[in-house]
Amino acid sequence: MSELAISVKDLTKNYGARVAVSHATFDVPYGTICGFVGPNGSGKTTTIRMLLGLVRTTGGTGEILGESITHPEKYLPKVGAMIEGPAFYPALSGKENLNVLAALGGFSKERVQPLLEKVGLGDRGNSKFKTYSLGMKQRLGIAAALLPNPKLLVLDEPTNGLDPAGIQEVRELIRDLATDGTTVFVSSHLLSEIEMISEYLVMLREGKVIFYGKTAELLAQQQPVIVAKSKRATDLKKLLKIAKNSGHSASIIAGAVHVISDSSFAAEFNELAFDAGITLSSLNAVLPTLEETFFEMTGE
Amino acid sequence: MWHVAFSELRKLRRPSLFLGTMGAVVFFSGLFSSLLFLLIDSPQGNGDRGRMIGREILALPTGGVRGFASVGSFLGIIALCVFAAQTAQEYTYGTLRNLLVRQPSRMKILIGKLAAMKIFAIIMVILAALVSISASILLAPRAKVNTDLWFSAAGKSAILETFVNVIISVIGFGIVGMILGLLFRSPISAISLGVLWLLIVENLLVAVKSNTEKWLPGSNLSAIAQGGTPTLEYKHALIVGAAYVIVGALVAAGLFKRRDVSN
Repeated sequence: MSELAISVKDLTKNYGARVAVSHATFDVPYGTICGFVGPNGSGKTTTIRMLLGLVRTTGGTGEILGESITHPEKYLPKVGAMIEGPAFYPALSGKENLNVLAALGGFSKERVQPLLEKVGLGDRGNSKFKTYSLGMKQRLGIAAALLPNPKLLVLDEPTNGLDPAGIQEVRELIRDLATDGTTVFVSSHLLSEIEMISEYLVMLREGKVIFYGKTAELLAQQQPVIVAKSKRATDLKKLLKIAKNSGHSASIIAGAVHVISDSSFAAEFNELAFDAGITLSSLNAVLPTLEETFFEMTGE
Repeated sequence: MWHVAFSELRKLRRPSLFLGTMGAVVFFSGLFSSLLFLLIDSPQGNGDRGRMIGREILALPTGGVRGFASVGSFLGIIALCVFAAQTAQEYTYGTLRNLLVRQPSRMKILIGKLAAMKIFAIIMVILAALVSISASILLAPRAKVNTDLWFSAAGKSAILETFVNVIISVIGFGIVGMILGLLFRSPISAISLGVLWLLIVENLLVAVKSNTEKWLPGSNLSAIAQGGTPTLEYKHALIVGAAYVIVGALVAAGLFKRRDVSN
């Protein structure tokens, strides 16, 4: 069996003259949590739909769990998915909605109640779906995705509408699943969430993959930043000038001077500021967050 | 395919849909059959479009199922609405993607859904038959209609024949609804267009040019339920109705199989 849960090469989707996904190539190893990020309209959902056999590919090849994406019937029984938010029958209860999907997939009905409890809907399973809050709908969507006891779980924006506690629960759930060997392919616009849970990352821009690999490797490639705050706000411009005169790229962001440089410049910068009569209230050398890296790479 | 059918039956058995539909079936089956006997002496007629159906006709072996046969096209319209709504709602709710992830074979989804809806239609027809025939038996003495022939071998054969014809007609209407649901992907558009065509457009066309009736889908499917009409021979209605259903089903199934699921 392949060591890759997902492997696609030159995956392309055109809608007439518009290119939604262009020659996307990436791999996702088994048992990892892979974040799938990109600006709105970058082709994330179209890619997910192609992987699930909902949208025909214009070109390229791919394998999911070792099976070609041209035969989704071979791998979908082992895949759980929630695409573009939860979609259920409003007049049926949450439990009945899951029963519909369990009957369809040939899964035991016995799985339904434990799954409802797992996502925190144990006591609301008999309420109609239309009475659910957005967070509850999202939880039901995750429960539905878990019905087949999946080897690969594809989640599109799973934390949409969840409160902070709910987001934390989903994060823990995803980590637990990965610990049990499930591969999780998760798209989210909450990049801090993705950074916290994803070992792997696929980044899209305008339908093209601009990075895929380990999240840590991506962040390590980025230049560190020295963030300095002065005691007096009026000194920020002077600090900026000092950094630039030292040959570094710098800017003022949110009341602090950001200097692109590794930590070796920090001591020198402190001395230069002191000589100029500026007292620093804080001085930190930090690596850019995924969000900052994302903005830099996507040009958003 | 049976997994799909069982899953679809779970949706069809929800109380608002099941009880609402069956309630309408009971009410209209009872009403249509009752009027046949209660208005037997009315100068305005007791049949559809003001036709007069006298005691001697109702006393024939087919008299007991006369009301049931005439309610057939109404049952057809109900089936059209249910089949169209059940199919198109998968697009409007976005649930089609869930179905296709759990059952990637689109043809199995279609055939399974159709099988479940056929079961629903058969329950509807059985209920209509029970109500309609019971109402006829109860009201015949009051209308002074002789029912001796209803219980003869020919009468029993008429019940079976009408039952089969109504089922064929109702399922035909239902498949038309399913086709409209697949084409329009919206329950409101599919149902309104279907009902508008069957109840208004076809009647207007027939009023303007009577021989168009021979080639209209609704007229032919309705004629099947009645075992043929004075203007539409049963065999002709069966062939034209089947042609509409088969061609429409092939086109809709082809589209469903090839179309991307983007919502």
